[in-house]
Amino acid sequence: MNAGNAVVIDNLSRHFRSFKAVDRISLEVRTGETFGFLGANGAGKTTTIRMLCGLLSPTSGTGTVAGFDINRQAEEIKKSIGYMSQKFSLYPDLTGKENLSFYGAAYGLTRQEVRERTAELTDRLSLGDFIDRLTKSLPVGWRQRLALGVSLLHRPRILFLDEPTSGVDPVFRRKFWQILYELAEEGVTVFVTTHYMDEAEYCGRISIMHQGRIVEAGQPYELIRKHRSENLEELFIDLIKNRETLNAEA
Amino acid sequence: MQKLRFLAQKEFRHILRDPRSLVIVVVMPIMMTFLYGYAISLDVDNIVIGVIDYDRTDESQQLIDRFYNSAYFSKPDVNSESTDPETWLLSSEAKAVMIIKPGFAGSLRERSDFSLGMIVDGSDNTVAAAVQNYASAVVSKYALDQIPVGRDIPGITISTQVLYNPDLESSHFFVPGLVAIILMMISALLTSITIAREKETGTMEQLLTAPVTPVQIIIGKILPYVGLALLDGILVLVFAKIVFGVPFVGSYLLLLAFGLIYVSAALSIGILISSLVKTQQVAMMFALVTTLLPSVMLSGLVFAIRNMPPVLQGLAQIVPAKYFVTVIRGIMLKGAGLGTLALNGLALLLLMAFLMTVAARKFNTRID
Repeated sequence: MNAGNAVVIDNLSRHFRSFKAVDRISLEVRTGETFGFLGANGAGKTTTIRMLCGLLSPTSGTGTVAGFDINRQAEEIKKSIGYMSQKFSLYPDLTGKENLSFYGAAYGLTRQEVRERTAELTDRLSLGDFIDRLTKSLPVGWRQRLALGVSLLHRPRILFLDEPTSGVDPVFRRKFWQILYELAEEGVTVFVTTHYMDEAEYCGRISIMHQGRIVEAGQPYELIRKHRSENLEELFIDLIKNRETLNAEA
Repeated sequence: MQKLRFLAQKEFRHILRDPRSLVIVVVMPIMMTFLYGYAISLDVDNIVIGVIDYDRTDESQQLIDRFYNSAYFSKPDVNSESTDPETWLLSSEAKAVMIIKPGFAGSLRERSDFSLGMIVDGSDNTVAAAVQNYASAVVSKYALDQIPVGRDIPGITISTQVLYNPDLESSHFFVPGLVAIILMMISALLTSITIAREKETGTMEQLLTAPVTPVQIIIGKILPYVGLALLDGILVLVFAKIVFGVPFVGSYLLLLAFGLIYVSAALSIGILISSLVKTQQVAMMFALVTTLLPSVMLSGLVFAIRNMPPVLQGLAQIVPAKYFVTVIRGIMLKGAGLGTLALNGLALLLLMAFLMTVAARKFNTRID
């Protein structure tokens, strides 16, 4: 992997017709880092994550994930990453266990491995008996944990989480982030988007995206100091306001 | 291989746990069998009729011209020299064959009674019923014109022999075609809906981040539906046999072979549709318009293709059901073999190969 970087993006763009969803962004995420990817709705976060996971092809620019080229080695990337989409995307008419064993097979795990890891994840994510219920009948918090479980099944080195805690109560969010911390300690790179500024403060580094551009990046507390803000929330709102005034003047 | 098994197994669970898809799979075929089984007969013209003329006189030629000049009948595309009427019927080159025995001209002059022979393909019952009426009309008109007014008219009768479906049961004629419709429906409609559903609910996005190839996804998706489609075909045939007494004269194996080609073509259409649309509703609309409607309207199942405007006739040539309807009627009702069905088989194979290629090219592992 190039110089310990899990994700490298260089001048990456994605246009939908004339709309520039992602506009020439560049960033690096170090291996083992918990990286917060912030931005308002429609800022281009999901589009960026989809390009990194091989779900969307970039309009221009390059990037690597786990050392593999996002333009040419999508299949290699898929083996080394875990992905949790913004929208719950497991099969609602299958039970948690059935979802897990289906994805286990999709990642080429043996039955034995699937059984062991299902047990391990059930324990780690405190899924308990919920694992035998159809996922459509699960409360949101449990669904999100199960989705995390599915994305961890093949032990990926990099985890992409797109707003994993939206719609989840604070207790669940705390628990969810504890799990992410543990993963980071085990050396897993976590690339996470969020709306919640308290969550962003848990991240080693963050970047703030607005209208397809990255407007600021760095360690949360350094950014707060640099912009003389009270907290991340104020920083975030100020940055976006500034941008909009700039746009209006231009 | 293991991935395929799990993909197919997951698909089966979806089907079993979704009551709506079970309704489509089990109830619809039975309902349709009833509807078509009791379907009314329809008017036809331009019936292709072959003539075997043993009399070879001016009079017999005049009668033949009368037939082909009428709106009811037309000439076969291929002018077979065969004197065996069954070769024409088996290959579907003609729906009926008239036999003019020697002595036709003589009996006209002597005004003695004469009997014309008529062999009719009963597997197409709407046509078969019409042939008899139309033919006697043409013949009596001709006889009237030949005889000066006031003279006795010779009694020319037509002795008709109906092959393949002697009772002219409309269910015998419709039900085999119904199998074609149901196979198309299950294969194209359900596959396109199931893939569209994965897109709509977002599960496709998750699946595409896993290291599975498009081919694996496609095969995993269609395997359960091939099985279902074949089961449904059998269900309709058994039902047809019990309720309507529809016979099965030909080879089961041959039908199965043709069925697999046809189902593959239909599945390709389903996958093609699903790669073009994003929601289940649109997929269903697309599937109905591009598969179900043409299969019912343009396959020759209900309306004779020959009577359609040229544009529709051209369109019918690319409807897989057109070929399969001919094939399944041939096998079930006439016991036709590979030889007589080869052209239809070839057309089906070509359509299938074309559709598969396009579908595989269009199916994308990215979501854009």
